[in-house]
Amino acid sequence: MAQLAIHGLRKFYGKVEALKGIDLDIPEGEFCVFVGPSGCGKSTLLRTIAGLEDISSGTIEIDDREVNDLRPRDRNIAMVFQNYALYPYLNVFENIAFGLRSRKTPEAEIQKRVSAAAEMLGIEAMLDRMPRQLSGGQRQRVAIGRAVVRDARLFLFDEPLSNLDAQLRDGMRAEIKRLHQEIKKTMVYVTHDQIEAMTLADRIVLMRDGIIEQQGKPLELFERPVNKFVAGFLGSPQMNFVTTRLVESGNGLVLKFNHGRSLQVEKSREASLKNWIDKEVILGLRPEHITRYVTADKNSHIGEKIAVTVDLVEPTGTRTYVQFKLNDEEITAELPSHMVDKPGTEIDVLVDMGRILLFDPKTELVIA
Amino acid sequence: MMRGDKGTGLALRYVAALAITTIFIFPIYWLAIISFKTPNEIFAFPPVWWPESIQFANYAVLFKDGDVNAIWNSMVVSTVSTVIAMLLGTMCAYSIARFRTGGNFLSDWLISNRMIPPIAIAFPIFLLYVKLGWIDTYLGLIVLYTAFNLPYVIWMMRGYILDIPIELEESALVDGCSRWRVFRKVVLPMTRGGMFATAVFTFIFAWNEFIFALILTRSSVTTFPVQVTHYFGVDSTFWAKISAMSMLGMLPIFIVVAIMQKFIVRGISLGAVKG
Repeated sequence: MAQLAIHGLRKFYGKVEALKGIDLDIPEGEFCVFVGPSGCGKSTLLRTIAGLEDISSGTIEIDDREVNDLRPRDRNIAMVFQNYALYPYLNVFENIAFGLRSRKTPEAEIQKRVSAAAEMLGIEAMLDRMPRQLSGGQRQRVAIGRAVVRDARLFLFDEPLSNLDAQLRDGMRAEIKRLHQEIKKTMVYVTHDQIEAMTLADRIVLMRDGIIEQQGKPLELFERPVNKFVAGFLGSPQMNFVTTRLVESGNGLVLKFNHGRSLQVEKSREASLKNWIDKEVILGLRPEHITRYVTADKNSHIGEKIAVTVDLVEPTGTRTYVQFKLNDEEITAELPSHMVDKPGTEIDVLVDMGRILLFDPKTELVIA
Repeated sequence: MMRGDKGTGLALRYVAALAITTIFIFPIYWLAIISFKTPNEIFAFPPVWWPESIQFANYAVLFKDGDVNAIWNSMVVSTVSTVIAMLLGTMCAYSIARFRTGGNFLSDWLISNRMIPPIAIAFPIFLLYVKLGWIDTYLGLIVLYTAFNLPYVIWMMRGYILDIPIELEESALVDGCSRWRVFRKVVLPMTRGGMFATAVFTFIFAWNEFIFALILTRSSVTTFPVQVTHYFGVDSTFWAKISAMSMLGMLPIFIVVAIMQKFIVRGISLGAVKG
């Protein structure tokens, strides 16, 4: 049974359609992340669930009850905002207790629940402080405390980590995940950061231009994207895309590149590519699926070999990103450190042909 | 430390500051000192900078004759009209700011009301008040001053309300507040500084308003600025009474501003959002 069910949801701002028919079922206890580039409608979708935006058509159901016309306060939800939204004139305790007080909770119950929430989030020592005396991370913890104290049915997070610096963000991300494991409530989380989406989600809902491009488990989206947009959005560094041509050679199907280079397509894929022979396709290739070919230990290599000239080397410490050109498109490969030291080096790289994706250049859908 | 903070630079600055302060303080000093002088000292030449003895007789006579009622009248009219204008105006401003009541034009139109020269509407208002029987009543002045101040209050409060991060209100809505509760628990505390500042100006406007108070009052609700003009005569002008009355009229404003000053701090909204 879906705890949050959305059907045919549309939202217009004047003539602009911000949400173009959203269908979504989120089961109880799931951590669902809406992700997508800015302007894709993910925040709007979250706000319609909260009741902060009206919807133009469709239905939103929480616990099998239609909430389209319910006010935010009657939907039994709790929400955490990007800029924390703490009341500057109330101390931390009162900020956390705010929702309980508006619901006329008895004082003893308020004391108990605020203490419990503060303990869970490690902010017991700050209950007397004012928001301005707290750091960004502490403020966001208070904001989360204000949500968890409410015992709501549904928790909504609107880019809660975007205002934090990178280091703090990693820590808070882990805490939010731990929080979810602890309280086991349904959570809907909006972010534009694909790493946050991948690490937190039970289910990713990837949006673009007001529609859901694909939804599913993080690794499912990562390994089996339905189109070029999804493939390119998830993964860092991004998937490489090269326009190429599929031709038949004596040995089967190959992808043709400039300077007479080519990559042999795996036999197992040939059947599905029959209609694409002698046509243009887009090759999608993740940086981590390219390695350097070293003759010495031949046996450990799987994949197809191709000769390239390195034109940029970016060492990050753990890994080194190397760029080279294929059909005039810049390709990034993620190699172990010290494998290539300077640009201009001519190397052979191995492409893991089992992991490549091929897209239709017109529809951008995956063909194989 | 800046270079100018020592030696002759500093001395020059103090001299300049002293001169400017003197220029600003002098009229008030002169007004105050006249109110404590005897009639002879007032007109003496060369001027008497400090009277022989401080005379309270000028004040005593105002109290004895009941002229100080004018201060009370001003107090009633200004306070009541300020409170009403603030209450109504803040709610109107909230509606305009958050529900876009009246689109983009209502608030512009409202402030344009404030641009009408009062004298242009003095005659119609007088006739209207005669019809309504509001001449020389508290009600008449209170309604008028409220109407005059509303556009200003709405305009100012709209600005303060728009400065509140919308998430604070949304968060309260999600947390179980009705719009009224959001207004009381979020909007009012967040705009407190702005409200006090606006109220002070509204109060001062009503306190100092002269032309309508002159036209629309006779004797029972005469306000303080009108009362002062009663001391200008064809044959003689009672400078001692004028100055004493003016001093009494200045006091409440001093007190109001002094009390409100500590509230008029916009720092209240610090820390609401990332800052």
